[in-house]
Amino acid sequence: MLLFLVLCPITAAIAIIAGAPARLTALVAAISNLFVTLALLSRFDRVTAGFQFASSFLVSADWQIHFAFGIDGLSLLMLLLATIVTVAAVWFTGKIDNHERAFYACLLFISGGAIGAFASIDLFFFYAFHELALIPTFLLIGIWGTGNRSVAAWKITIYLTLGSFVLLIGLILLYQSLPATTRTFDIRELQAATAAHAIAAPTQRHIYLLLLIGFGVLISLFPFHSWAPEAYASAPAPAAMLHAGVLKKFGLYGLLRLAIPMLPDGAHYWMYLLVILLLGNIIYIGLVTIAQKRLDWMLGYSSVMHMGYIFLGIASANILGATGAAALIFAHGLSIALLFAVAGQIRNRTGTLLFDDLGGLAKVMPFAGLAFGFAAFAAIGLPGFANFASEILIFFGAIRNGWEMQRFHIFQIATVLALWGIVISTVYMLRAYRSTFMGTINERWGKLVDLGTGLRLPVVLLVAGLIWFGFFPQTLVRMVTPTFRPYFTATK
Amino acid sequence: MLLVVSGVGSLIHIYSLGYMRDDEGKSRYFAALSLFMFAMLGIVLANNFVMMFIFWELVGFTSYVLIGHWFERDAAADAAKKAFLTTRIGDFGFMIGILMVWMATGSVVFDDIVAHLSKITSNPGYLTIVAILIFCGAVGKSAQFPLHVWLPDAMEGPTPVSALIHAATMVAAGVYLLVRVAFLIQASQTALLVIAWIGTITALLGALMATQQSDIKRILAYSTISQLGYMVMAVGLASNEAAMFHLFTHAFFKALLFLAAGSVIVTLHHEQDIRKMGGLAKKLRITFATFAVGALALVGCPPFSGFFSKDAILALAYERNMSIFVIGLTTAFLTAFYVSRAVIVVFLGKPRSDAARAGKESPLVMIIPLLILALFALIAGWETVAKNFLVVPHEKESVITVPALALVALILGVGIATWLYRNRERDPLHVDLVRRRFYIDEFYEWLIGATQELLARIAAFFDRWIIDAGAVRGTSGGMFGLGAFLRLFQVGNLQAYAFLFGLGIVALIYFTIFR
Repeated sequence: MLLFLVLCPITAAIAIIAGAPARLTALVAAISNLFVTLALLSRFDRVTAGFQFASSFLVSADWQIHFAFGIDGLSLLMLLLATIVTVAAVWFTGKIDNHERAFYACLLFISGGAIGAFASIDLFFFYAFHELALIPTFLLIGIWGTGNRSVAAWKITIYLTLGSFVLLIGLILLYQSLPATTRTFDIRELQAATAAHAIAAPTQRHIYLLLLIGFGVLISLFPFHSWAPEAYASAPAPAAMLHAGVLKKFGLYGLLRLAIPMLPDGAHYWMYLLVILLLGNIIYIGLVTIAQKRLDWMLGYSSVMHMGYIFLGIASANILGATGAAALIFAHGLSIALLFAVAGQIRNRTGTLLFDDLGGLAKVMPFAGLAFGFAAFAAIGLPGFANFASEILIFFGAIRNGWEMQRFHIFQIATVLALWGIVISTVYMLRAYRSTFMGTINERWGKLVDLGTGLRLPVVLLVAGLIWFGFFPQTLVRMVTPTFRPYFTATK
Repeated sequence: MLLVVSGVGSLIHIYSLGYMRDDEGKSRYFAALSLFMFAMLGIVLANNFVMMFIFWELVGFTSYVLIGHWFERDAAADAAKKAFLTTRIGDFGFMIGILMVWMATGSVVFDDIVAHLSKITSNPGYLTIVAILIFCGAVGKSAQFPLHVWLPDAMEGPTPVSALIHAATMVAAGVYLLVRVAFLIQASQTALLVIAWIGTITALLGALMATQQSDIKRILAYSTISQLGYMVMAVGLASNEAAMFHLFTHAFFKALLFLAAGSVIVTLHHEQDIRKMGGLAKKLRITFATFAVGALALVGCPPFSGFFSKDAILALAYERNMSIFVIGLTTAFLTAFYVSRAVIVVFLGKPRSDAARAGKESPLVMIIPLLILALFALIAGWETVAKNFLVVPHEKESVITVPALALVALILGVGIATWLYRNRERDPLHVDLVRRRFYIDEFYEWLIGATQELLARIAAFFDRWIIDAGAVRGTSGGMFGLGAFLRLFQVGNLQAYAFLFGLGIVALIYFTIFR
């Protein structure tokens, strides 16, 4: 089943290039993938901690590289996110004027690459699949982007390639750091090996720093974020949805999957640095977001800002925080995808996303207003949406670290500042909503048409995901806790 | 409290049928109103902090939707945003308070916290901080100074919404929260003092600002702020009973006043300026009668409900803190003054606009809730009635001084208002400072401009021109420069580059592992 999940979008992409009807094939592939994931979900055993549905093919005997897949609760969550957002992104792709086939093929390659990375339990393919997904992202921005697209495409290319390169060095060092007999690409065995012969603390520090920077660039950790808003503003909406919603989460997944369990000492050593950087994401980027004058840039920066909360969950290094981080990865993926989708629809209709040009659109596009409203309020952590449930877990997890009744330590200060970040995010989101959808309408937009009935389904899908996990967060929590429990019981 | 929410709530649903009859967004309106009822009942029934916070945020959200119901009006859109943001600032403190309680006691359930209370009370400084942080939530929600600025603007929403959310229930949720966590608050004398004074200042400021408004709903909004101040004052004086008692009576008479005002507004085709009204007593007899009942209850005239509950608070203040009592009494005088002013200008004298001359009574579906609420506004304060629903506070030694003084203040206020406003064409009293609401809104605007906006702009500039242009482009420029430099030595041979590349990695690995 996992193999099907990975190969389905890639095969479909090749078929589209070869001549199959583009939109239909892509939709069929995306939807069947979603159903397969749901089937996996129903057959998934939530009690055991290990990887399930594992399958493996030897690729290189010399290097012991396996084409191996398997999922635990964390990867299943990521797969669910990837497949849901893929369906929405493909669905929101309208008519493409030039090279329609290639466009759909690129989308499917991103999806397949992301799914492959999340489902791989072999370090080599974990990395390789992510690289496979990156290249079509660059193409989508460079060819079909809007605005200053070539600069944006170059910037994201150079930036993310450098990030992956640092990451590669880190992964190689991780591989090298184990005794020669236990060296392996198999993530399961790596985890067991690092647990058994813990890597020496100084080595852990080097590797963790490399991984943090490598993954951090991919996740737009402050100050390596400046590729993100520009790329998302230029990218066509489906590309922005897939990248901000899914592919960017690869870095966070990597930290949760590799760095935290294998390098606990490194994580502890760099904790202060990470907390300061993530506060840069939350407070500094939050302020930058307030000052934006265009909807797409605002959304780009806001997605950078929310990464700070996920980092806070990761940095708190306890089960509450990690669970919250995993849940927020999921929730943020759905909400940001919906935001970019609606913004893209507005751009298609009006040709502008400047706040000064827009206004009162809810009058002519009530459904778009509703959809954007749902996603915006989800993003600022309104209870009832999955984002709130995740953020509150993160806050409870973060404030616990180094707690003393007499005085506040860095984590308590960080929690308070992060809570203030919620106020900041309310400021920019409500301001954006106010100047886009509310107020008097510009006469030019009197005749805009709302989202068609065909486009309402993916919106419903995304909102349903947000609300379901908002009201029943325990389903999500139970899925990932078996993954995290051994991490934090082993270290303490 | 449950009775207040569901009772007043259902009356307002009925009333809305009439008020919103011709509105395009009727379905959205009723959906949001029902969601609000759900969330509000959730607050009342919650037995732990997290559930309470969840519903607390949800009522804020529905309030946002309902204030912004007429979203195409700029004023309504701005007001909705302001309301949500201002209360969020309060919630920021509230959430920290919750987290701190959880850290100290290991629980968020009220009963468990009570059981482990000694863990907090053993550290008085901590306790005070926690109590004040939780109070922050109430300051935002209940529109206490200094976060009161959103409530008057919230009057941009439909009038039934103002009656239900911004008079009877949601704004009272802050007071309800304080009563709920009284076990925490009453353990700290400092926190009590802060709360009592915030309430007192709010009561006075609200009443002062109400005297100079010309929009009928804004008068009522400032009056709500002022009355909420009374309730918070009562909490600060460590009497839950008095606070809940006033909350109970206030819910009825303020909802009544708003709905009656709504009836006037509908008659005049959504005109809210009292200077364009006048002489409506003859045309809208039932509306006038019910408004008068509400007004009498608000000013605290016996035997209307407001008299009893306000008297309870004043007596409490008389007993415990003299300066608060004096300010409370002044506020009572101001209340009588501004209420009489509104009644005289709106209902008596000569009509001052064509719409006011042509006014006629509202439909039955709006009148019936008015009558029911009027009945409650009359009897809710009677001990025989009230004791069925809550604990009625008793003054410990029944002092006659307090009600007597209150009555003097009342008569004085009504008298001065009558003397000033009877048969006047213009407003004889014009105090700019008060009319401009002490420039608090302007000050906040300046403050936000000077801090947040400035910081945001600096951060954006920094991001654009230092981090992005400087560091990133600089690095890439440096790379190109380096490339050009290296080109002098290399001849574009791919293998050579790959070799150097590999060498670099080896060097890196060497330095990181073996050094």
